[in-house]
Amino acid sequence: MTRYILRRLISIPLLLLGIVSIAFFISHTTQGDPLISIIGDRQMDNPDAVAAAKARWGLDKGLPEQYVIYLKNLVTGDLGTSFRTKQPVARDLLVRLPATLELVIAAMLVGSIAGIVLGVIAARFRDTMIDHIARLAALMGSSTPVFWSGLILLYIFSVVLGWLPGPGRFDARAVAPETVTGFLTIDSLLAGDFTAFGQAIYHLLLPAAVLGWTVMGIVSRLVRASMLDVLSQDYIVAARARGAGELRVLLNHALRNALVPTLTILGFTFAYLITGAVLTETIFAWPGIGSYAVDATRNLDYPAIIGVTIIGGSAFLISNLLTDIAYAFADPRIRLS
Amino acid sequence: MTDTAPPTVAPTVSRSRRLPAWLKLPVLIGGLITIFWILAALTVDSWPLYDPIEMVGRRLSPPSAEHWFGIDALGRDVLTRTLHGARFSLLMSCAVIASAVAVGSLLGAIAGYAGGFIDGLIMRLVDITLSFPPILLAMAVTAAMGPGLRNAAIAMIIVWWPAYARLMRGQVLSVKSREHVEAATASGAGHVRTLVTHILPLTWSPILVNATMDFGQVVLLAASLSFIGLGASPPTPEWGSMISEGAVHFYQWWICAGPGLAILSVVLGFNFLGDGLRDYLDPRSR
Amino acid sequence: MSDAPLLEVSNLSVGLGTPGASLEVVHQASFTVADGKTLGLVGESGCGKSITMLALMGLLGPEMTVSGSIKLRGVELIGMSQRELSRLRGNRIAMIFQDPMTSLNPVMTIGQQLGEAIAIHHHGLSRRTRAERAMELLKLVAIPFPERRLLQYPHELSGGMRQRVMIAIAMANDPELLIADEPTTALDVTIQAQIMELLQRLRAERNMGLVLISHDLGVVAEIADEVAIMYAGRICEKGTVPAVFDRPHHPYTHGLLASLPKIDRVEDKLTVIPGSLPPLASRPKGCRFHPRCHYAQGICATEEPSLRPVDDVAVACHFAETVLTATATGHEETSE
Repeated sequence: MTRYILRRLISIPLLLLGIVSIAFFISHTTQGDPLISIIGDRQMDNPDAVAAAKARWGLDKGLPEQYVIYLKNLVTGDLGTSFRTKQPVARDLLVRLPATLELVIAAMLVGSIAGIVLGVIAARFRDTMIDHIARLAALMGSSTPVFWSGLILLYIFSVVLGWLPGPGRFDARAVAPETVTGFLTIDSLLAGDFTAFGQAIYHLLLPAAVLGWTVMGIVSRLVRASMLDVLSQDYIVAARARGAGELRVLLNHALRNALVPTLTILGFTFAYLITGAVLTETIFAWPGIGSYAVDATRNLDYPAIIGVTIIGGSAFLISNLLTDIAYAFADPRIRLS
Repeated sequence: MTDTAPPTVAPTVSRSRRLPAWLKLPVLIGGLITIFWILAALTVDSWPLYDPIEMVGRRLSPPSAEHWFGIDALGRDVLTRTLHGARFSLLMSCAVIASAVAVGSLLGAIAGYAGGFIDGLIMRLVDITLSFPPILLAMAVTAAMGPGLRNAAIAMIIVWWPAYARLMRGQVLSVKSREHVEAATASGAGHVRTLVTHILPLTWSPILVNATMDFGQVVLLAASLSFIGLGASPPTPEWGSMISEGAVHFYQWWICAGPGLAILSVVLGFNFLGDGLRDYLDPRSR
Repeated sequence: MSDAPLLEVSNLSVGLGTPGASLEVVHQASFTVADGKTLGLVGESGCGKSITMLALMGLLGPEMTVSGSIKLRGVELIGMSQRELSRLRGNRIAMIFQDPMTSLNPVMTIGQQLGEAIAIHHHGLSRRTRAERAMELLKLVAIPFPERRLLQYPHELSGGMRQRVMIAIAMANDPELLIADEPTTALDVTIQAQIMELLQRLRAERNMGLVLISHDLGVVAEIADEVAIMYAGRICEKGTVPAVFDRPHHPYTHGLLASLPKIDRVEDKLTVIPGSLPPLASRPKGCRFHPRCHYAQGICATEEPSLRPVDDVAVACHFAETVLTATATGHEETSE
């Protein structure tokens, strides 16, 4: 078990190097000239300005040389400087990371809980109307474009009903709590400011629900399938023979076993969530990594693009590793081998 | 008198009137939706619709008897544009899936058949590509090559081929060791011949099921890229970019309702169809 | 407690599918179990023994229909709600299963599963009391190092130990009736004897009724007081163990006994019943055994024999007397 995890840990730097290289070379095969986004259209006719900018941003060197410089800097945590914000990419990302994590974690929680409940209900009432409706709801979750459902829900809940706030992470007129972790929910609690905490949650609800719906689709499908598998096992009959009631059989015996295979897709779900987060952040004007990535691609800001891609890729790798470890711990047969 | 009467068979559950197990209501609905959109993609020009690019009504007017899905910010009919959008979404997704399947299957088959160094090389490339969240990779590639439908399609092929490479490699590995393949190799058939005539025909069904299921996801990603502004550019009636235009006129919900529902129905339709196809090809997997 | 017998099953039928167009899995089974006694239920796999037991426990799925009567101390169980039944299960009637590996929940420790069995029927016991009781139960079934076992998972135990744990769980609430569904089939031969011994000891100590399902006639002969032989969903012969085993009246019973290898008798080959158990959907009309029976005549293919008393057993065969005479005069030559 420990050996397996160690082997996985060793493979991570290699995969990371692959990710960095691919991200670097893809963004340097660009057809658009990044200089335009650095110095603007008008300056492009000024050879001095062009030469100065090239030297300033290291674009006068050959591609292999740029690559080596990039790798060297990367080791020290330097992801280069954004053409657009003129700030270090690493700093930009660090500032925006908590917003994305807060959204993704909230969505993961909402989606997993709803997905588990829905999956258990669907399995319990297999092949009845309840099952069909639950499955359709799940399928809709993974079939609806979040950038559309986000807009429609925002229209319904914010414009028509007025129950929820519009886009954004916090009320512009309110005073945000002092930044400690960058998570508004945590920071407001740390500051003891419950109004701000309410605000943060209030703004988080809709985007987390939109994003969580896609997770719910995946989770409930898998929970249903593995519940059906588990419910036909001997130990379920044995539990009933012990006098266990329906709820105890479903939750204590079946769900605990059904969740083990469900854990394996959490890593996959995470990738899904990053895709969803990019789009959700755009719709909800959420100041996270996703909207940063969209701005970067629109402006051919490739230090930023590579930075985001590397962060996304590493996050994905790490989440997969954590999933494997969690899986091993959830199943005593694997944990103790 | 003989004392051995043939055993009479007890009545069994009648099965004759039932439809085949894989043919269910969702599969039928999925099939109808799919056929509708394919028809739309192929023949929309001859349908009695408005012009998808020209101004045909008062800007931003809500759905009415003449314009069922309303009018967008430039005075164009949303229903017309939505139906025309099928052409871009479906053709592009078809091209992406077909290319991804072709490239992925080819590389996967080579990896599985050749083994050794070539296998290692191809599969590491697959691992690394699969380490990227799909949308970030697609965004990076599209941004690098410049926005546009063609480049977005290339980016999506780059995102999707590894899945098929992995699938095909697994298939080839499992088929390779079967007797008739070993017999073919032993009787002196060349590598290409063995691969093409003895191995590949046995591997197509999971590929087909996956391709059908993935189709919806490709439509979704294509629309997402256009929504961000990396795919189709205005005034092309592509669903993603239509929703992006609708997002600006957020209070006129109908502008993005049409294309949104179109995407949803295509994705659902192909999912249903894929489910049915899987049950049909592999009844055990249920 | 009333004077009513512990368990009285009469005309128990189990069907699969909707009433009317259903397949009959078990047909009109009747038997009783008295306190402190053992009933052996014998038959080939697929003959309906396990289904009968699951029907007793009320554990059949909604696709199965159950009719007839099952009385526990005079109280009818058929028609009881699942809620009421679950109060009996594991409390007054307990059951152990064939495969102890798959019958224990793999992600719960032994202690958790024992504790659960206790807690379900005894609300409000402290964690500590439950743990103590769990220890006692493990000692009862003679598991070494019980305190260590409580924290272990099923996969860390051997097959025999797992079956002991299953028995401990079944004994958690001092049941009046224990159903053991092929409790030793999945175990090694040496372990089998130990488990049977344990069951017998517990039955005697607690004056508990025991239903032992088995296809092993040897085990049944050794342990049971009464025996019921089941073939294709019907009980074809039942009576006390000596009566049935010494003088089988039904050709199927006779065939089963003849197919046993005997140490005291040197034989060239084992006698085998020709043919095989008919599948559920194509059980023959008339006597269900007749296609495989040496004694079958015209009537056997058309008319189903009902269970009738012959000597001191009950048997469902048109020619029970003939069979008895033929087999009593020595061992008839088997035709190939």
